[in-house]
Amino acid sequence: MSPSAPADPVVDVQEATYRIGGRTIFDGLTLQARRGEITAVMGPSGTGKTTLLRLIMGAIHPAAGRVTVFGQDVPSLDRGGLFALRRRVGMLFQNGALLSDLDVFENVAFPLRAHTRLPEPLLRRLVLMKLQAVGLRGAAERMPAELSGGMTRRVALARAIVMDPELLIYDEPFVGLDPISLGVIMRLIQSLNANLGITSIVVTHDVEEISRIAHESYLLSGGKVVAAGRPAELRAADTPVVNQFMKGLPDGPVPFHVPAPDYRVQLMGKP
Amino acid sequence: MAGALDPLRRALLRAGRVTLFLGRVLGQCLPSLAHPRFLVAQIYNAGARSLIIVMLCGLFVGMVLGLQGYDLLQRFGSESALGVAAALGLVKELGPVITALLFAGRAGTSLASEIGLMRATDQLTAMEMMAVDPVRRVVAPRFLGGVIAMPLLTAIFDVVGIFGAQLIGIGLLGVESGSFWSQMQSAVERSDINEGLIKSLCFGLACSLMAVYEGYHSEPTAEGVGLATTRTVVSSAVLTLVLDYMLTAAFLNS
Repeated sequence: MSPSAPADPVVDVQEATYRIGGRTIFDGLTLQARRGEITAVMGPSGTGKTTLLRLIMGAIHPAAGRVTVFGQDVPSLDRGGLFALRRRVGMLFQNGALLSDLDVFENVAFPLRAHTRLPEPLLRRLVLMKLQAVGLRGAAERMPAELSGGMTRRVALARAIVMDPELLIYDEPFVGLDPISLGVIMRLIQSLNANLGITSIVVTHDVEEISRIAHESYLLSGGKVVAAGRPAELRAADTPVVNQFMKGLPDGPVPFHVPAPDYRVQLMGKP
Repeated sequence: MAGALDPLRRALLRAGRVTLFLGRVLGQCLPSLAHPRFLVAQIYNAGARSLIIVMLCGLFVGMVLGLQGYDLLQRFGSESALGVAAALGLVKELGPVITALLFAGRAGTSLASEIGLMRATDQLTAMEMMAVDPVRRVVAPRFLGGVIAMPLLTAIFDVVGIFGAQLIGIGLLGVESGSFWSQMQSAVERSDINEGLIKSLCFGLACSLMAVYEGYHSEPTAEGVGLATTRTVVSSAVLTLVLDYMLTAAFLNS
């Protein structure tokens, strides 16, 4: 499926460092998402996967290092430049982030109304086509509060693709979904990538699901990329942290216990 | 010494932040008019949905004014001036102030919690990511809606209040209807109406600003949204009363 020569990177993060409140989230992080590929970013909870997306989208700036998207240096963009960049990117939020005061149709129409002056009949057709793609044309008039978790995410996906983005970013698309919705979302990610050639970045900790569709995977831990490669390569790696994460072992380099005083002393008092 | 100045420093910082935010909101007010239906929806939300409570309170405030005014005026044998007393009290003072306090409690809290929840559920971030400025799309129409709704609500409060005063004065206490209305007509001047209008506009600006500011800057948690709602009511009420004093003093001087 992948071309023989590596495609050019749409997203290029080089040696990025990010600190907040004295805590180092990224310490020389380097990763790339290549054109037309699905890139998976995995890692235990709290490794800053969502922070990475914020970095790529220019919501936060790295203390050191470089973040380029479509060849543009993101931190140096002003608000206008950033907004112009974001029009080429679709983002799927973990909870969907649908606008609660608009119905499903208007939620999907939202970016079109904000950025284009399309005549109403054309806009209507475009929105219905995107809703059809996610199987929710019949729910166009429902309000977000009337949707299930899986449906909410599908509407959010329709909204993310309505401007025909070149890059789609998914933040934990599989969390909290039943097996059917999960399968639907996974197939949608794959078909959007295959049929429209959209470059995709999927942030997740669902190793099994993402391994089936990702071209390239990165495993983050301790603010760095600890492993990168095709999913099969990651599975075969024998570093302890990769092994623990890929096999879902409860204890290992990523400790099960949060640091705490001695258990016996805390329970029984002083020895 | 530094500790003693801390609250003052914090208050000044907050005032500065609110002022900067006001500048940002005002800058987006005109562009937000490109979608007038958002503004109309917000005028409906802040205005029409507050109508019942404003009218109910206006009626009772007017009736109390009728009772108290009559009790006071009859001591000097001038109960026929009840209409003037009630109308001036309502138009210049009670109408704008009580409507603003009701607005803060009814519409202000709902604005703050709505925007706060939009923050907590990533809706505002999602807009940013879709290259849409949330201040233009969410904040500016709500702010403008509040500023427009407040004078309208105040006018309705005044009218219902005067009706309440005449209900008690003429209907219950037997003040003569002709003198009630004619004295009111001759004593209440255009400048009195303007004073009430300007006050209600200022209160509308202050209350709407505090609501959208607190909502927009709330912590994205249940507790944060609750706190933002409380702070909206408290700061709107304090601002309204402080502004009222300043405006009244200014009008009396001019």
